[in-house]
Amino acid sequence: MKKIITSFIILAALFSANWAIAAPDLDINTPAINAIKASMQARHGQLAPHYNSGAIGLTNDGLIAVHDATAVPLKDRQGINGLVAEENADRSKLYKEIANANKHPEWEGGIRDSFAGRWIDKAQSGWWYQGAGGWVKK
Amino acid sequence: MKQNIGLLILLSTVLTACVTINIYFPAAAAERVADQIIDDVWQLKQDGTDKEKAPAPTEPTPETK
Repeated sequence: MKKIITSFIILAALFSANWAIAAPDLDINTPAINAIKASMQARHGQLAPHYNSGAIGLTNDGLIAVHDATAVPLKDRQGINGLVAEENADRSKLYKEIANANKHPEWEGGIRDSFAGRWIDKAQSGWWYQGAGGWVKK
Repeated sequence: MKQNIGLLILLSTVLTACVTINIYFPAAAAERVADQIIDDVWQLKQDGTDKEKAPAPTEPTPETK
């Protein structure tokens, strides 16, 4: 009986130590993540006017989508689809890279969900995002 | 003996719970890194750190005599 309790205490100590180690921040300082970030930062200059006009909005799965193409002059409409596709490719890569960099590829979905909420929280007022029931203007 | 088995079951349940916590998705940490990256990509919170505005030189009013 005593032996069981002792071994439990030792095991519990080991696991709680392990848990404490698992708690720190996720690592985002890798060359791949920094490269994606730089690419998104450079693209933001082109995307910002479209967020402001409502042409592009934030989706609830951590990506962006065309919300109102008529907000864009006809000549720029084709370009906007390319911009959205490039941005979404970068975002998907980013979520995957963060999961991989922290040696938990299965966290990709959770990371995507966390980002989805934070993009919308940090969006400027006037920007569009997908709420539970469809597009909403912030 | 019966008591020991009961205790063993309890202990293994507690330990399994600990392991489950250990591999659980760190949502708070994920939100923190999301904030960091979004601030960088959208260039939020940069006032006063990146922009070093040279203070407008205050010219003394020239005295004309």
